[in-house]
Amino acid sequence: MRIKFKLDGEYVEVDAKHTDTLLKILKDKLVVGSVHFGCGEGTCGACIVLVNGRPRYSCLTLAGYVDGKEVTTVAGLAHDGELSEIQKAFLENDAAQCGYCTPGMILTAKALLDRNPSPTDEEIFDALAGNLCRCTGYVPIINAIKSLSKKR
Amino acid sequence: MVRVRKTRAEIEGRWREEFVVEEEEKISPWPAEASFRYIGGRVKTVDGVAKVTGSATYTVDVSLKGMLVGKFLRCPYPHARILRIDTSDAERMKGVRGVFTFLNVPKIPWYGGLTNILSDVLRFQGEEVAFVVAEDEGVAEDAVEAITVEYERLPFVVDPVEAMREDAPKVHPDGNIFAGGPSKISRGSIEQGFGEADVVLEETFRTSAVLHNSLETHSAVAHWTSIGLTVWESTQAINNIRQRLSQIFSIPLSMVRVVCEYMGGGFGAKFDPGRHTILAALASRMTGRPVKVYLSRTEENLAAGCRAQSIQRVKAGFKRDGRITAMRLEAIINLGAYAEWVPLVGGPYRMLYQIPNLETVEWGVFTNTTPHTAMRAPGFTEGTFGLESIMDMAAEELGIDPLEIRLRNYAEVEPESGVRYTSKALRDAYLIGAREFGWEQARSVRKENGKVRAAGLASVVWWGGGGPPAYAEVKLNMDGTIQVLTSTQDIGTGTRTVLAQIVAEELSVPIERVRVVIGDTSLELFSPGSGGSGTLASMGPAVRAAAIDARNQLLDIASQFLDAPPEILELRDGRIETKEGEKSIRLEDLLRQLRDFAIVGRGARGPNPDGYAVETFAAQFAEVEVDVETGAVRVLRVTSAHDSGRIINKLTAEGQVIGGVVQGLGFALLEQRAVDPASGSIINPNLFDYLLPTSFEAPEIMPVFVEPLDTRANTLGAKGLGEPPIIGVAAAIANAVSRAIDLRITQLPITPQTILEAVKKAKK
Repeated sequence: MRIKFKLDGEYVEVDAKHTDTLLKILKDKLVVGSVHFGCGEGTCGACIVLVNGRPRYSCLTLAGYVDGKEVTTVAGLAHDGELSEIQKAFLENDAAQCGYCTPGMILTAKALLDRNPSPTDEEIFDALAGNLCRCTGYVPIINAIKSLSKKR
Repeated sequence: MVRVRKTRAEIEGRWREEFVVEEEEKISPWPAEASFRYIGGRVKTVDGVAKVTGSATYTVDVSLKGMLVGKFLRCPYPHARILRIDTSDAERMKGVRGVFTFLNVPKIPWYGGLTNILSDVLRFQGEEVAFVVAEDEGVAEDAVEAITVEYERLPFVVDPVEAMREDAPKVHPDGNIFAGGPSKISRGSIEQGFGEADVVLEETFRTSAVLHNSLETHSAVAHWTSIGLTVWESTQAINNIRQRLSQIFSIPLSMVRVVCEYMGGGFGAKFDPGRHTILAALASRMTGRPVKVYLSRTEENLAAGCRAQSIQRVKAGFKRDGRITAMRLEAIINLGAYAEWVPLVGGPYRMLYQIPNLETVEWGVFTNTTPHTAMRAPGFTEGTFGLESIMDMAAEELGIDPLEIRLRNYAEVEPESGVRYTSKALRDAYLIGAREFGWEQARSVRKENGKVRAAGLASVVWWGGGGPPAYAEVKLNMDGTIQVLTSTQDIGTGTRTVLAQIVAEELSVPIERVRVVIGDTSLELFSPGSGGSGTLASMGPAVRAAAIDARNQLLDIASQFLDAPPEILELRDGRIETKEGEKSIRLEDLLRQLRDFAIVGRGARGPNPDGYAVETFAAQFAEVEVDVETGAVRVLRVTSAHDSGRIINKLTAEGQVIGGVVQGLGFALLEQRAVDPASGSIINPNLFDYLLPTSFEAPEIMPVFVEPLDTRANTLGAKGLGEPPIIGVAAAIANAVSRAIDLRITQLPITPQTILEAVKKAKK
């Protein structure tokens, strides 16, 4: 089947099998480097992308599902070389060590802050529950998110 | 004149002798009162932008023209022999380019010769049976399923204590005991020591096998061409991979190139080439095409290594004042199906305290489970749980504060060898850590709303001195940019950043001008693997020496441009100036005039000092809250006070501490590779059933650095920090929980079930 969707603001069209996952299409057909395979079974969050603004495990999302939708990867967050606020916050807080979980973490954090600009600790934990990090111990990531939290 | 010296170098307690070429010029260590622009600061990582924008390329992202994909068929049983294997259907499938089994691959010895790269005898669930390469992943997966195997299931043993019995099923023809017997190390006389004791305590402690779960699984891309073999590998040690590939394929080092630009986490299991690496290389040689392999999460957790399970029988004698008179450890260490070394569970027993009479007996035992690998402070993380638990038991028994009993057994000299330390500030770590944590207030047990709060502490000793050989070059380009060249790798610990800081400091230039080029053996500047907490202490001095060499050359050249003697020239803010500043030239203006000539400074890591021990230390404090109704344990906060010498980058150092503490929390409360004893099957080789800490479990963590001035260890005065933060965490948490429930925790992980059973047993 032919699917057409917006990837980081640009329309793309690809041929996909009905069984292809979004992860496979992004990596093999569209050569997106920032989306990472971590487990392939929806447990780690390294492959998370935003579909219409909501975080989705691309390893569990069928490619056909994104037809006509908007897909955002971490590569789509910076504009004209200027990092987005959430990317800057991750950098400032040393929230990336090996960096492998980072794109998924940043996108999950963005989705959280977009719909809830001042999350509580519990809301941050809930949002990050599907993203694993083995290096940072999460504290710098939580701090990065909190640094952007708008005071109520 | 170049001098060659023999020295000893260590990684994770395994020593080797090295010859080191010493440069003529001695480089002085930085003094205590030096005022720095970058060293010791909170410097953002130089490769952070690549990570937050997703442009960092990992092995699994490497995509080459004509690349094939490889997949494994793995053994479903803990112990089996292949009676018949039929690959004909797989071979006939469209797009399949090769099927490899023990019948058609060379007999490359694997795991130190205990088996071959592929064999007809399989000794753990998940062991590699066959390897398929195909045009795409789907075809490779289908072909793997098309292979039919008839197995003879063999008797198996998964429990290390059972495996030690005479009549246990044999994992290997020579039996189940590594090297035929235990490693026994003793000092003094334990009989005499126990005789002198006022109190003798005995307990058995158990730690579980846990899994690395780096977010990037093991992966490699191999490409064999007429000029040799190039391998991209997710590794902690590109030079080690290169050497092993050169040996295995009997080709010169110059024909092997190993690349690892970014890698998605390494905690010890990524030091050596895997079977995936070798088979990808074989397949590439056969097909003439690049071959990529990456493991699924389940494969990773079945076959890519684990922290070895341990059982520690400890007997300890104390005087009434808390001084240790004697200690004996007998440890049983589950190596899994194959091993070339045994993790040093006895290490902390031998190194942490001044124990006059000591015996450690360490049995490495083979079982039909995943072969162990190094994992962040292998042996020490396990051993510290046993040792620091018995120390707390003694403190309780004798009515001495847990902090005080540790101070009373403080080792002023290295207890095994009797030599001095280059520096040791563990006492400061205890005292400053206790103050920052608020030990005085926190140590009392408090009960609120059915929940109990208590605190515990543990001490840490580890190596981490690094050493030679390690080489680097610093290159000043005509455009004023500076390159640091060395074939180390950055596994996410901030290696690029600290090396850039050192060069920016020595050359007095903005760090933005320094580019660190690493992760490729074709730089031909040897660097050790990133492990044993040794990267900074090994590479940093080499890079500093290279920067100083470049600076000296630069000043020589500048003196001729400025017509001033080099002795009165200084580097300041990107300019070369006479001391009074009357003559001055910008670095880039000078370099531009040299046109295509680039100044190249060379540097080598010197030997470690003779007659001294280089070790790292920490004191770790944890406060926990235990819900005695549900058995849930929440770690509220941890203070981790470290002597790792001079801290080069506070920001990334704190990152190591926080990350290590949370991994330690996983080891303490959550993580356990579970085996079904009846079938020998691994129950949880995935991330649904194997519990990693999530953001919810992360406590408040306060890193503290005591930073003694160490002018002996190396020219930076820095010691390692990668491993110390994990070592004492489980012991500190277990000590806190034991105090909270007034029952001794003897087993990790401390699950709600453990707590509830302990509480129930106490009520009876």
